[in-house]
Amino acid sequence: MAKTIAEINEKIKKGEAVVVTAEEIIDLVEEKGAEEAARSVDVITTGTFGPMCSSGAFLNLGHAKPRMKIQRAWLNDVPAYSGIAAVDVYIGAAETAENDPLNEVFPGEFLYGGGHVIEDLVAGRKVRLRAEAYGTDCYPNRSWEKEVTLDDLAEAWLYNPRNAYQNYNVAVNLSDRVIYTYMGVLRPDLVNANYCSAGQLSPLFNDPLFRTIGIGTRIFLGGGVGYVVGHGTQHHTDVPRSSSGAPSRPAGTLAVSGELRGMDPRYITGYSMLGYGSTLAVGLGIPIPVLDIEVLKAAAVRDEDLVAPVVDYSSDYPQGTGKILGEVNYSQLKSGSIEIDGKEVDTSSLSSYPRAREIAEILKDWISQGRFLLSQAVELLPCEDREGEGGEGDG
Amino acid sequence: MRIEREKGVKAMVRRKIVLHFPHEQVDKPVVSKLVRDYNIDFNILKASITPREEGLLVLELTGEEADYKRGLEYLSSCGISIQPLSQDIRRNEERCTHCGICTAVCPTLALYIDPESMEVRFDQEECVACELCIKVCPPRAMEIQY
Repeated sequence: MAKTIAEINEKIKKGEAVVVTAEEIIDLVEEKGAEEAARSVDVITTGTFGPMCSSGAFLNLGHAKPRMKIQRAWLNDVPAYSGIAAVDVYIGAAETAENDPLNEVFPGEFLYGGGHVIEDLVAGRKVRLRAEAYGTDCYPNRSWEKEVTLDDLAEAWLYNPRNAYQNYNVAVNLSDRVIYTYMGVLRPDLVNANYCSAGQLSPLFNDPLFRTIGIGTRIFLGGGVGYVVGHGTQHHTDVPRSSSGAPSRPAGTLAVSGELRGMDPRYITGYSMLGYGSTLAVGLGIPIPVLDIEVLKAAAVRDEDLVAPVVDYSSDYPQGTGKILGEVNYSQLKSGSIEIDGKEVDTSSLSSYPRAREIAEILKDWISQGRFLLSQAVELLPCEDREGEGGEGDG
Repeated sequence: MRIEREKGVKAMVRRKIVLHFPHEQVDKPVVSKLVRDYNIDFNILKASITPREEGLLVLELTGEEADYKRGLEYLSSCGISIQPLSQDIRRNEERCTHCGICTAVCPTLALYIDPESMEVRFDQEECVACELCIKVCPPRAMEIQY
């Protein structure tokens, strides 16, 4: 009863594919059992929306007249990396604006940075380009200033080296002062705990051993279409796992890319993290083809079966001790409070669950309407716990 | 705005207001007069004096409706401008991404998660305009309106 992606795509084209979200599959499996669900369901859609600092965009600015080999460039006063060909630049999500007071007035607000530049471009707003060069025989121009919009750019691709973290730390503060982190504000003496994952809807929690997700997997990215281009940076799969295969530590990651045109600022949003920096919230959704019952069982995972480590961000995280204070599951985290060392601690999320739901629903609609076909990965991502790993890995 | 009736006799009110004091009023005991002459209880939610010596005071007042009205008339007669507090903090619905991180700092639970939809709800009635959410909100959806 194993299905292939080609067979599922035939059903999608005919408008006959059965598509459910990673939330809906939980109830379906409970109602009908895994075997019946695996027979009837073709695709399970996932979603996540949260700050992902390792994001950015490659832009080709088009050539100036006379031509220019850009040495330094700024977009709305945010520096863009230009150490590549003449008018190619990379704007990183976490880049801060020039003259930003940073943390000099603590905690800094970081109101505008690279993530906001990307949001502005996606929203169709004008962005001021400023560029300098030393001048060459073939590229004599030394300075260039103009307003650009996404339409003016020759190419604009989001290229994110690390997104969609498979699980993440729950951040707490054991010290006696407030701390400002990339996980939000943490009040002293273990008063609050911040987490950042969509849990049962999160893409990589639903394909924990990367049995379907690989290089070339077509995905929902920022409201448009993108692709998995490889495993992300810091992709670690040698981690403790539950019986369903879900990692109980931060584990796999994805590198993804997609054209900025067609994206929507609702799913690609500039964020300011108080006392930390600016970043980009990325909306990402991955379809999981139900190739067999094992794929389905893994995707039917529930928040109560997904476990995250609690980490002290006042000392253990900054010092890199690797110490973990305990483990909690996502059902507890989403309830609003968890217990650590007998103390009740309030929880808050950085990842937007309502928006993760929205993304999984949109992807489901696209596939149901035949507008989005699944792609066969050309190579699965590294994962030593996957059966048959070491073979050719064609899933 | 909460109005409670005690056995149908007298109408009590409990309201949060923002007072802007001109600098000549900053050093006068206006609030103590509210207590003494108008029988109004107060709770100071926020107080500050600007560099130009204008005062800002956010109060929660509790008292009988008639006293409350007369008390407010007294404040107006001192040249103090009065605004209901609910106008002060607004949420830009377009920008809010419903992550929920603001709920970690909101001291009155005016910002809270609806367990069903997991969306962030903002109850202006409970907001005391402490402004902690303003800078903590990653997409900066919470806005102050003076």
